[in-house]
Amino acid sequence: MADPAFSLRFRDDEPHEEPAVTLDAFLDQADASAVRLEAGEDARLLIPHLARVQLVEIAFPRFRDGRGYSAARILREAGYAGELRAEGDVLVDQLLFMRRCGFDSFAPAAPIDPEVAERLLNIYPYVYQPATDDAVPVWKLRHG
Amino acid sequence: MYKYDQYDQAIVDARVAEFRDQTARRLSGALSEDQFKPLRLKNGLYLQLHAYMLRVAIPYGTLDSRQMRMLGHIARKYDRGYGHFTTRQNIQYNWIKLEQAPDILADLATVEMHAIQTSGESIRNVSSDQYAGAAADEICDPRPWAELIRQATTFHPEFSYLPRKFKIAVTAADEDRAAIRLHDIGLKLVRNDAGELGFEVYIGGGMGRTPFVAPLIRPFLPVDNLFSYCEAALRVWNRWARRDNIHKQRIKILVHDLGQEEFTRQVEVEWQAILANNSDVPRAEFDRIAAFFEPPPFETGLPEDVDRSDPDFAVWLDQNVRAHKAPGYAIVNISLKPTGGIPGDASADQIDLMADLAERYSFDELRVTHAQNIVLPHVKKADLYTLWQALDAAGLASANLDLISDIIACPGLDYCSLANARSIPVAQKIAGRFADLGRQKELGELKLKISGCINACGHHHAGHIGILGVDRKGTENYQLLLGGSGAEDASLAKITGPGFSEDGVVDAVEKATNVYLRERQDGERFVDTYRRVGMEPFKEAIYG
Amino acid sequence: MKILTGNDLPTGAVVWWTGRDWSLHVEDAADVDEQGEAIARAEEGARRVNGPYVIDATATPEGPRPAHIKDRIRALGPTVRTDLTLKPADPNAGSWVI
Repeated sequence: MADPAFSLRFRDDEPHEEPAVTLDAFLDQADASAVRLEAGEDARLLIPHLARVQLVEIAFPRFRDGRGYSAARILREAGYAGELRAEGDVLVDQLLFMRRCGFDSFAPAAPIDPEVAERLLNIYPYVYQPATDDAVPVWKLRHG
Repeated sequence: MYKYDQYDQAIVDARVAEFRDQTARRLSGALSEDQFKPLRLKNGLYLQLHAYMLRVAIPYGTLDSRQMRMLGHIARKYDRGYGHFTTRQNIQYNWIKLEQAPDILADLATVEMHAIQTSGESIRNVSSDQYAGAAADEICDPRPWAELIRQATTFHPEFSYLPRKFKIAVTAADEDRAAIRLHDIGLKLVRNDAGELGFEVYIGGGMGRTPFVAPLIRPFLPVDNLFSYCEAALRVWNRWARRDNIHKQRIKILVHDLGQEEFTRQVEVEWQAILANNSDVPRAEFDRIAAFFEPPPFETGLPEDVDRSDPDFAVWLDQNVRAHKAPGYAIVNISLKPTGGIPGDASADQIDLMADLAERYSFDELRVTHAQNIVLPHVKKADLYTLWQALDAAGLASANLDLISDIIACPGLDYCSLANARSIPVAQKIAGRFADLGRQKELGELKLKISGCINACGHHHAGHIGILGVDRKGTENYQLLLGGSGAEDASLAKITGPGFSEDGVVDAVEKATNVYLRERQDGERFVDTYRRVGMEPFKEAIYG
Repeated sequence: MKILTGNDLPTGAVVWWTGRDWSLHVEDAADVDEQGEAIARAEEGARRVNGPYVIDATATPEGPRPAHIKDRIRALGPTVRTDLTLKPADPNAGSWVI
């Protein structure tokens, strides 16, 4: 499990206090506002309930398991603006793409060197494709 | 040819910096091998039998002579004087040092090249028709779309930790020279009844241990929606592929498990959702890319006749030269399959020579083919004889294109850590057995493909004759397959029966060709005869 | 006998555990008996080797010979490029590999 001491957060609001519950529990409890998605679970099941969600935690059981990237984009594309946290086997070399997919907080199982994170998050001056961040794809820069 | 602008260059330069950083962290111990492996693979860096191996991307198999010379330079400076051209139109080097890999990437970046996503669970280098822009039978040049895909899939944030690798191929001719139906996504440019351009989209093909010929998932995709539709297919796969068994995670398995109809439905639903993101590349950007692929300034009024008085030249002309769309020009295939050689290998000197010849005779352009040969796409017919003499002097004039000795072979157990048996010695023995060119020509088109393990990098499933090396109690053993094709008549080869020793499989290949010579009817190729008469006569001859 | 092999981390070269250090030559390989896994873990942790593993080998008068063909090819070099093996000058150097 992730150690709270290792967490990174890219939001200005106060962290949400309520612990994240399982997807099943969230769908059962009409007042739940924090939910945890396991790697194989369908993020679209949350879409009808986004108005009450303040934290979605997406599990990365192994860093090679990339399902969470699609889950994050689906939620952001559906208009979710609350905290989106990547939890588990999250490595420093993955932060950039996770940020591009809409994650704005990280609860890694092992510590991440903040200096390396800062360097890698800013290493690419341009991107080739739009995602769920505000980076402008080069085709837009080329054509104004 | 496409040229980088400041954005492309900045992205590739940043990649070099990132990999230098990652390599330093690996060497310092900050990254474990488990953590580093996917990162180095995304830069085409493997750890193979004898050293690290670097696979350099040659996008859609197109490069210019400056880039080709850089490949020769890397072979000399960082490797052992040669490189190996691969079935996905790339080149790989066998003797690379990890500590030098960032410098190699930096050298490549100076000529607009890289090793991005040439391995790992990522969207790989897009492949295409090696005759694109030159072929007499294409409806348009497919490479602008291939370049568009290259850019859109480079560092795609959602699709960089995919269930497995993902390969895309694009063609625009009825003759399929890129094996599109054996790709994860195969795209064929077509015109609809209204004359508009679109793609036939095939999804879920592949070789490996569970081969499939891709079904047609969408008969007509408007060209402007190319990327969003690919994203939809990728997202369906990324979300719902198995993650518990590495051998069952390719998209072909998902297509098969869901069924073609259900998979198609899910992709269409996802596509409708993704269309709202406006991720498709606008037409203006396509036009910008396409302008780089305008035909070179072909001369007009050139002679069509070629002096055939040198008989050796005439043999090569008939076998290795193909029709060009521009009058007075021809497409030249340089075979990297000399008898006794290693299929796909070229020395640094040969690489330099091919670069020089491209500069002099082919508007500075070269292509790599999925059959591991090199193409000079735009050669004046009047220059063919001089060009042939230069190739011949360098051992590059083997007149065996598409013949039995034009063998596709993976590196096998001589180089590869996954292999179970050697491939190259088998290829060399078969080429030796059929060394007489007259005998090869009598056999006609015969695509022989050898893999040293079940991963099928040597395309044995798609060979008219396929050979699969296996490990039988610690010794090399070879299974024989017949009847495959990676072309427009795509089919999967079937195994003949029990396997053979190295010499035994060479004998079995010869027996199979004898059955063909006995049974063939007018105009039939080996694979046509096999399809008509079936496996039995071959089995009888081989095992009887 | 059991011997320990792997690749050198910065260069990728095939290496063999000699009992004290790593060598390019399989002839220098030491019998690691039951200690192979422990040595492998310690050496990999210290980044003196990458991907070490223990294999079966046969002791011969010329030195240890790996039991499996893959490791015999690793020990000398590609069979199709004898000029690139560890013993390029000796045409018979690979007589024990295949």
